Amino acid sequence: MGFFGKIRDALKKTKESVSQKMRQLFLKNKIGDAFYDELEEILISADVSVRTAEEVVEQVKEEAIGNKIKDEGFVVDLLKDILEDTLNEAPMPEIKYPCVIMLVGVNGVGKTTTIGKIASWFVKNKKSVTVAAADTFRAAAIDQLNVWADRAKVRIVKHEEGSDPSAVVFDAVSSAKARGTDVLLIDTAGRLHVKENLMNELRKMDRVVEREYPEAHFYKFLVLDATTGQNAYTQARVFKEAVDLDGIVLTKLDGTAKGGFVFSLCGELRIPVVFAGVGEKIEDLEWFDAEQFVEGFF
Amino acid sequence: MALFSSLSERLNHIFSKLTKRGRLTELEIRQAMREVRIALLEADVNLKVAKNFIAEVSEKAVGQQVLASLNPAQQVIKIVNEELIALMGPGNVKLEVSSRLPTVIMMCGLQGAGKTTMCAKLAVQLKKQGKKPLLAACDIYRPAAIDQLKVVGAKAGAEMFEKGTQDPVKTAKQAVEYARKMGFDTVVIDTAGRLHIDEKLMQELENITKEVDVTEILLTVDSMTGQDAVNVAEAFNNRLSITGVILTKLDGDTRGGACLSIKAVTGKPIKFIGVGEKLTDLEPFYPDRMASRILGMGDVLTLIEKAQEAVTEQQAKELERKMRENSFTLTDYLMQFEALKKMGGAGALMNMLPGMGGKLKLREGDFDEKKIERIRAIILSMTRKERDNPQIINSSRKRRIALGSGTTIQDINQLLKQFEQTKQFMKQMKGGKGKRLPF
Repeated sequence: MGFFGKIRDALKKTKESVSQKMRQLFLKNKIGDAFYDELEEILISADVSVRTAEEVVEQVKEEAIGNKIKDEGFVVDLLKDILEDTLNEAPMPEIKYPCVIMLVGVNGVGKTTTIGKIASWFVKNKKSVTVAAADTFRAAAIDQLNVWADRAKVRIVKHEEGSDPSAVVFDAVSSAKARGTDVLLIDTAGRLHVKENLMNELRKMDRVVEREYPEAHFYKFLVLDATTGQNAYTQARVFKEAVDLDGIVLTKLDGTAKGGFVFSLCGELRIPVVFAGVGEKIEDLEWFDAEQFVEGFF
Repeated sequence: MALFSSLSERLNHIFSKLTKRGRLTELEIRQAMREVRIALLEADVNLKVAKNFIAEVSEKAVGQQVLASLNPAQQVIKIVNEELIALMGPGNVKLEVSSRLPTVIMMCGLQGAGKTTMCAKLAVQLKKQGKKPLLAACDIYRPAAIDQLKVVGAKAGAEMFEKGTQDPVKTAKQAVEYARKMGFDTVVIDTAGRLHIDEKLMQELENITKEVDVTEILLTVDSMTGQDAVNVAEAFNNRLSITGVILTKLDGDTRGGACLSIKAVTGKPIKFIGVGEKLTDLEPFYPDRMASRILGMGDVLTLIEKAQEAVTEQQAKELERKMRENSFTLTDYLMQFEALKKMGGAGALMNMLPGMGGKLKLREGDFDEKKIERIRAIILSMTRKERDNPQIINSSRKRRIALGSGTTIQDINQLLKQFEQTKQFMKQMKGGKGKRLPF
């Protein structure tokens, strides 16, 4: 049992937040190589990719040495600023009306719940909203969205389970146009980015909106579960190639996961985070704020 | 995948530096382990788990003999791979059956892990084994979760028990009573997704296990989970003492390092993996497949494995000696072909070897089965003396060999020419920086 025992003990001892780890780091080390190595590891243990962690720490190191900074507090501030800059490398989109917002993502990330929350967010901002139940694949997904639509008090356009999702999109667009709805939200079925046929289905829905509603501002948001690891990067890259993403909705931030992969998404793929899901209630959704996120990250 | 090629490149870099034979030195291990560490982290293995794992394995690897057919870096990776397999095993652990029916299986996990779908997949599996499963709907929080279970349950051909949004603990208890009365031998309880830090909901699960005699508590985890997998697994296991794990969504391209993290902190077996959206897409867990997926060195691992199978250490040593002394004969040539055949052809082999692609000009078809058979026949038709000294093969000997092997003189000329080329190539390799044939 040697191996398991050791790890369990190690984890028990160090099951703590990033900020606690940072505090410990400062207690233990003077600024030096060991200090930076550990800084890198703290980032990695919050799901920041190995490459991004290396790059960020390298930057911190350079600036700290260049400015002869020896104080740990300064180093942390520097790190925070660099991380915030990384997030800001992808500018947030400005929402213009009338608009269509389509949520895409792999299975189980929280797309349907997020539609409910976003609908409620727009209603609170005095906009008229219609939701389209274009997840016609998962059992009871339409019923689930219906409940959220009721809670947010918005209209829903839906077909039978198993029907063509592009047809739902077509009808929803016609309806939104006819009524002059400010915001049309499209829920889509969860799909793993490696399934080419399902990605083609998504491209088709994308084309239907482009073709049928050219006057609307069309935003495509990828929903990502904060619990996800490095695969988030691949998901973002592949979905971006398929439908050209305008933003990311980061869900389940109320758990213990930090969603550190977003730094690579903003920095390398230039996709901004737009919304953050922070709980199970309908109002638990926030317009993303880079500074706050970085602050919360530590 | 880009990741794979970069990893192969990095390994190639180590291969080129480490060509010494003998026992593994600490330096060699450290160099190879640096790459392994990155591979593990990029695969989402928890940092602490990865560090501990590497420390343990490094210790084991020091002083180990490098197999003749491998180089030191390959040898290190072979050890890493074997340890990974050992740690994640055993595979194919069956579901427990209670001595007092019904057997109760409770699902648990975070939101969106895939519990409801998994309930139906388990029902299909159980029915295949001749069992009669009942699905109990105890997710009263997520909108339409009960409807979803009803629909997938119907697809699986399993009855569902539900009491709307009444207390899930009560529903679970009633479901088991109902099952006993109606002759169901297994109850699968679907529970709501919950955060491991949600005290109230974790208490609810604990209450179910107090009220109902639960045989299996299966933690369902999304295989794409990152560093946080250890916290989740540890919390559920500490609270509920889970009996096994199910990994879902492995039909994606995640490397699935969460699997190792979970096994490391819970020590509980991985019982099933979900590999698709169809209800039959459920498979037993194979630690060896998972290990190579996590390492992301499938190509290198396959090579190591095949090289091991194809040539015994003895043969490899002998071959190398002959190369050194330039006393490579047609008999050795034949042996080499047969080894190649076992490895799935030279083309496949060269592609597996990082950096080797393109260096050897092998034509497609050079190594097809028929051709190897023909070479075999020709060489076996030679006298021992001819095999050792092909230069004595004159035209009358060629005629005899052609007759004996059912081939033509041209075939024999071609073979002899290829043999000379191979010898030349070996000389070059020997002259070059100690590069060795992979077999």
